[in-house]
Amino acid sequence: MTKTGTFKLAIASGKGGTGKTLLSTNLADYMAQTQAVLLADLDVEEPNDALFFDAENKVLNPQFKMIPEWQSDRCTLCGDCTRHCKFHAVIRLGDFITVFNELCHSCYACSDLCPEQALPMKPYRMGETTHWTLNGLQLIESRLDVVQEQAVPLIHATQKYMQELETKPELQILDCPPGTSCPVVAAVDEADFVLLVTEPTPFGLNDLKLAVDTMRQINKPFAVVINRQGLGDDKVENWCKSENITIATRIPYDRQLAEQYAAAKLAWRENAALEEALEELAVFIKQKQVQYA
Amino acid sequence: MREIIVLSGKGGTGKTSVTAALGVLAAGRAVIADCDVDAANMHLLMQPEVHKEEAFFSGELAEIDPEACINCGKCEEVCHFDAIHQGAEQYEIQPLRCEGCGYCEVVCPTNAISLHARRSGDFFVSTARTGDPMAHARLDAGADNSGKLVAKVKEEARKLANGYQRNLILVDGAPGIGCPVVSSLAGASYVVLVTEPSASGLHDLKRLVEVLKKFRLQAGCIINKADINPDQASAIRDFCKQQDIAMLGEIPYDADFTAAMIQGKTIVETSEKLNQLMEAIIISIQHKINVL
Repeated sequence: MTKTGTFKLAIASGKGGTGKTLLSTNLADYMAQTQAVLLADLDVEEPNDALFFDAENKVLNPQFKMIPEWQSDRCTLCGDCTRHCKFHAVIRLGDFITVFNELCHSCYACSDLCPEQALPMKPYRMGETTHWTLNGLQLIESRLDVVQEQAVPLIHATQKYMQELETKPELQILDCPPGTSCPVVAAVDEADFVLLVTEPTPFGLNDLKLAVDTMRQINKPFAVVINRQGLGDDKVENWCKSENITIATRIPYDRQLAEQYAAAKLAWRENAALEEALEELAVFIKQKQVQYA
Repeated sequence: MREIIVLSGKGGTGKTSVTAALGVLAAGRAVIADCDVDAANMHLLMQPEVHKEEAFFSGELAEIDPEACINCGKCEEVCHFDAIHQGAEQYEIQPLRCEGCGYCEVVCPTNAISLHARRSGDFFVSTARTGDPMAHARLDAGADNSGKLVAKVKEEARKLANGYQRNLILVDGAPGIGCPVVSSLAGASYVVLVTEPSASGLHDLKRLVEVLKKFRLQAGCIINKADINPDQASAIRDFCKQQDIAMLGEIPYDADFTAAMIQGKTIVETSEKLNQLMEAIIISIQHKINVL
């Protein structure tokens, strides 16, 4: 958690496509009317937030993870590195040591423990972080290079980038990847509070339960946002009640909103129902900001 | 044996609804595999009867024996995952951060640290309500290694296909382009892309197609919610044409998707219109791979 007066709000969900990006982009734009806001897109496999802003003034930062690089002239082929690596990323093939960059977790064990210093760690590109400065809003997006499979190191690198910013907006909104596995845990790790976006359908409820399990396991305070309210049934609503989970706001089901989202518009500016939902959510967030920041 | 993998890039485009519908139309001929182990939903439409449930272990987790620990802090110094911290009395390992690299175990002077197999979820072998065999799984909350659990589900699905002499495996994949997706592509015969005509849908589809190119996989595309934005829909058609991806069909924006889901049914069982559409789509896929 942060101790710098900033409030980090993560937007997550178990199920994909429930409206994380819709909520993150519109909420950031809405809140930026009254306070400095940073929106960070941590869905590094499929980042979409930047599609919703006319953002030009940008800074590009390539991101690297550290990978060992074999130095044949120093190596005595003792085999320690291959024994230390639990990920089968360092393999001996004949008189060569081969490093599989995709399998490496950057734990440094092979490199630090090599008696001949024959595996120095070298930067290896995994993606890039783009930083736009707009009116009242800073937008940060991290994008995994398509050949990469591991989202977690880039999410961590993005968090580090955000920590090192000179000016930190008091409200930081983190758009997280879908699911309940390691990328989500990494993305919400530094959040003060999490909003779980769901929809009132059987898939929405099933995946909300998984997301709630995850939040409870890592002791993150959270509330739920129901998107497409009116589309399905009332089981999400009833389950939240039975579990004592706060529903921070409800966004009504509306084909027009889906059309506005499809066209990459900041829909709240022309959609009164969404604006109302954000108004309600803003009050909730301001309370939490006082409580946690 | 042919494996059809249903993917989308963006979440929530209708992968599971489409895969389940294909499963119903191909009943008696297929094995169903739910490889979206992070947020598995296929069981809600297929109501499987579970025959085998097993814990899945993958990777390792470090543990500190408090009796042997002398609080020297060497483990914390070498951990690159911020997983070890001084607790109230002793150094403690935060399991969700530990990646099981074992570096701490090597440097511990009193051998107080040991690595243990890590549970990351459960996998199931079942019979779907269509009568077809089904392999599925549930990843533990916050767990690592979803790619390995995906590989396990596929391995079980192949065993089922051999055992029941089925020549088709229908795989519901995960959103994104990361390790669970790449893992589900191993051994794929054909990829069915389910997308939606939104800026996000097309953006995410393009990144996924780059991954498919890397593995030289053939793909066809279904546009769901096709009438929600005509410009984006035509951009998707152009993109697919240019990438040599077949258009398999288009499904209009339809509340029947949700209505079917609430009944625990697939769209081909609750809507005559969607049934005809999906029949046409399955014929298109059949032409492409000649197995269905």
